[in-house]
Amino acid sequence: MRRFILPLGIFFVLIGFLAAGLKLNPREVPSPFIGKPAPAFNLVQLHDEGKTIAPEHLKGQVWLLNVWASWCVSCRQEHPVLIDLSRRGIVPIIGLDYKDEREAGISWLLQHGNPYSISAYDRDGRVGIDYGVYGVPETFVIDKKGVIRMKHTGPLTPESLDNKIIPLVKELQGA
Amino acid sequence: MRKLISLLLMAAAFSVAAGEAPSASADPALEARVQAISEELRCLVCQNQTIADSHAELAIDLKNQVREMLKKGMSNKQVVSFMVERYGDFVLYRPPVKNTTWLLWFGPFLLFAAGLGVLYFKLRRRGDRKIQALSAEDHAAAVKLLNDGKDLS
Repeated sequence: MRRFILPLGIFFVLIGFLAAGLKLNPREVPSPFIGKPAPAFNLVQLHDEGKTIAPEHLKGQVWLLNVWASWCVSCRQEHPVLIDLSRRGIVPIIGLDYKDEREAGISWLLQHGNPYSISAYDRDGRVGIDYGVYGVPETFVIDKKGVIRMKHTGPLTPESLDNKIIPLVKELQGA
Repeated sequence: MRKLISLLLMAAAFSVAAGEAPSASADPALEARVQAISEELRCLVCQNQTIADSHAELAIDLKNQVREMLKKGMSNKQVVSFMVERYGDFVLYRPPVKNTTWLLWFGPFLLFAAGLGVLYFKLRRRGDRKIQALSAEDHAAAVKLLNDGKDLS
């Protein structure tokens, strides 16, 4: 009986690894930008071709950068959460319209509501690549100095907002 | 009449031969470099494919980005580190050998060596056990069973 203890023990160790591994989500690729300055860009605004928007315009405040597109189904899923957040007025949300048609983006916002103070228009997705965007929607929390503090991949949920994003935003705003 | 039409249609069908897709840039040396680098980068959407294989939009965008950077004169290493800066180590199709991935790369060899070690010790211990000679009774019984009860004497 005793000779089974070692293989059994090894088996349980392997089961432990399997259990831990199954909980990991390979879709949540950690961003190498955490703690690094938000990559610069200077994009035309979605609603106003004559104006541009850049991260340095927002220095001095904490803000969220939300990458979205009119063709993105998950963005529709998170949209009510964003609208609700924009109404609460805790933090400005800047949208990045990723690989979209301008008219489609504008009418999508008209149809579903516009939570963004400003939307930047990234037609060819180059700014997206600069930010390491690989799937829409993604949300970045950027602090007053323009440093990325957090990246949330996938649709925002009330839980992730209340448990992670809003506490972080409040902490950064107090700093 | 019908046979003629179907024959003509078949001829028309065979006249369309699928050729190789024209490379995006006219420069085959550049394309070869793009291909080589693309085979080292992971598509983050279809995560088990390289961007060379994947047809996801992001993969195509990234390949175009690679091509542009090579045209600008960046080296292979610079292009790859551009991608790693933005997407992290996961974008490398082959995980880099670092402290954190040491176990990933050498773990299988360690396990194999451990297995060989266990085998060696087990075999040694078995060799130490003495073989007992069969008693006369057991020997007779064994012979009987082997001969299936038949008496061959």
